[in-house]
Amino acid sequence: MNAQKKQNKAPKKGMLRKILVYAVLIIWAFVSLFPVYWMLTFSLKNNAEIFGENVIGLPKYWVWENYTRALNVGNMPRYFVNSIVVTVATILITLITSVMASYALTRLKWKGSKTMNKFFMLGLTIPIHASIVPLYTTLAKVSMLNTYWALIIPYSAFSLAMGILISIGFMSDIPYDLDEAAFLDGCGVWGIFMRVIVPLMTPAVATVGIYTFLQCWNELMFANVFISRDALKTLPVGIQSLSGQYTTEWGPIGAALSLATIPTLLVYVFLSKQIQDSFIAGAVKG
Amino acid sequence: MKKSFSYKLNIFLFLLPALILFIGVLIAPIFMSLGYSFTEWNGLKDPVFIGLENYQELFTSRSINIMRALKNSMLLAALSVFIQLTFALWLALKLGKKPVGERAYLSIFFMPVLISTVVIGQLWLKIYNPDYGVLNLALKSLGLESWTRIWLGDKKTVLWACFVPILWQYVGYHMLLMYAGIKGVPTELCEAGMLDGCTEGQLNRYIIIPYIKPILRVSVIFAVTGSLKSFDLIYVLTNGGPNHATEVPSTLMINLLFLRNRYGMGSTIAVMLIVLCFVFALLINLVFKEEK
Repeated sequence: MNAQKKQNKAPKKGMLRKILVYAVLIIWAFVSLFPVYWMLTFSLKNNAEIFGENVIGLPKYWVWENYTRALNVGNMPRYFVNSIVVTVATILITLITSVMASYALTRLKWKGSKTMNKFFMLGLTIPIHASIVPLYTTLAKVSMLNTYWALIIPYSAFSLAMGILISIGFMSDIPYDLDEAAFLDGCGVWGIFMRVIVPLMTPAVATVGIYTFLQCWNELMFANVFISRDALKTLPVGIQSLSGQYTTEWGPIGAALSLATIPTLLVYVFLSKQIQDSFIAGAVKG
Repeated sequence: MKKSFSYKLNIFLFLLPALILFIGVLIAPIFMSLGYSFTEWNGLKDPVFIGLENYQELFTSRSINIMRALKNSMLLAALSVFIQLTFALWLALKLGKKPVGERAYLSIFFMPVLISTVVIGQLWLKIYNPDYGVLNLALKSLGLESWTRIWLGDKKTVLWACFVPILWQYVGYHMLLMYAGIKGVPTELCEAGMLDGCTEGQLNRYIIIPYIKPILRVSVIFAVTGSLKSFDLIYVLTNGGPNHATEVPSTLMINLLFLRNRYGMGSTIAVMLIVLCFVFALLINLVFKEEK
């Protein structure tokens, strides 16, 4: 009798705990999503709804005008283009340099390759603070402040370690037989690189590209310091200054914030697994 | 062919672009910063060597008050390790048990990590807005009118108000790392534990957590060094104010550099930060080794 009671009690307690766990998971999912949900909804509301009538509900009247206004106030389209130019150029440079370096580090045989790899991996831990003054003064000296290069070069350099880490992971999966076959067919070191390795690196290209995109698209400190001309600002800095100017117009500001965030969200929806994997790779090896 | 000069030259050529970028932008500046930190320099005239005076001033000057900034970032580090990481570990352990909707939870929890800190900062500015912010409105609608505050203007609440979004944003990051670790625990280990009659709690404590210790170490290092370096969200929310209540080393550094043109002193703070991050990483490694 007693034993039976106990048996009945145990699953019940288990049930209760399970429900509690799910409750916390669901609540935290809401807490994680809320700011973005709120941003997307108030970006479509008028001031009356935002400031009292309908603070957290879906918009009653969808004010798409906020988005056209966001694109017309200040230099929003410009910031967007700047962010795209800087990001795309950084991704290209990071990819080319890190795939080349990874090739030398994994496929070519030489004594110092392990040490050199460790040297590059230092880049995962060096904080950007270390570079800010020297880069600023050097860029000023060669009149490169307020150019795209002032961001592209530092961003590429700081993405490099991660690029190499990811590329090496993918490259060591390519069978060495391929190199040898190409060598017997008369390919040199560069021929093997261009004809065998590069075509097989597409998955690495995606992962490195996504990771670099996220770093550049959101970076604030360098962008804030190296660029002061409005026409060259990237989205984070541009939005920051817009928000300071239009403090009472939440609708258009919400629209501007949403416009800056939607590309990231889109990439995440389609490539969430790759994105998560790239973050894991960086932490586990770093 | 392998030992030939051209083979070596090719190795060098493949490495060259990466080396130029890496040494030019990451390695050389560390030494340049160190050099600048021994000088008084306003960026216009040539730097003047003054030895360790910047370091002396940094730790004694009341107007810079580095100790307050360090105290703030150490408090953030403690909160990160004890609250953020604990919660992240709990989430990761629960998701590791394959609940319904595992992938969806994982993706949702990780999402804030990807959003620009400027966007997140602007949103939290609006959440904290004293008149129209969601936080005060929610308190009012719950009848807790007396709890409402000017969250970012009140010296008593501002530091906490700054820390909440920082902790909130990166829970998902640490959870993801730990979750990846938990997924790597060999199933035989867990099965053996279950056969021995382990409860879920015992399984977590004696099998899973010891197994993922290397990842926990990485998480702790990231949480502590990340707190020391924190800049973006505080810059957007308060920029160190009101009346320097939320100053952290990075905001001090940026303000000294670009508002007061003190490149020497700014570099001194940068050097201090690098050294501190390095020392803390070593200490954390030691602690984790001891426990083995």
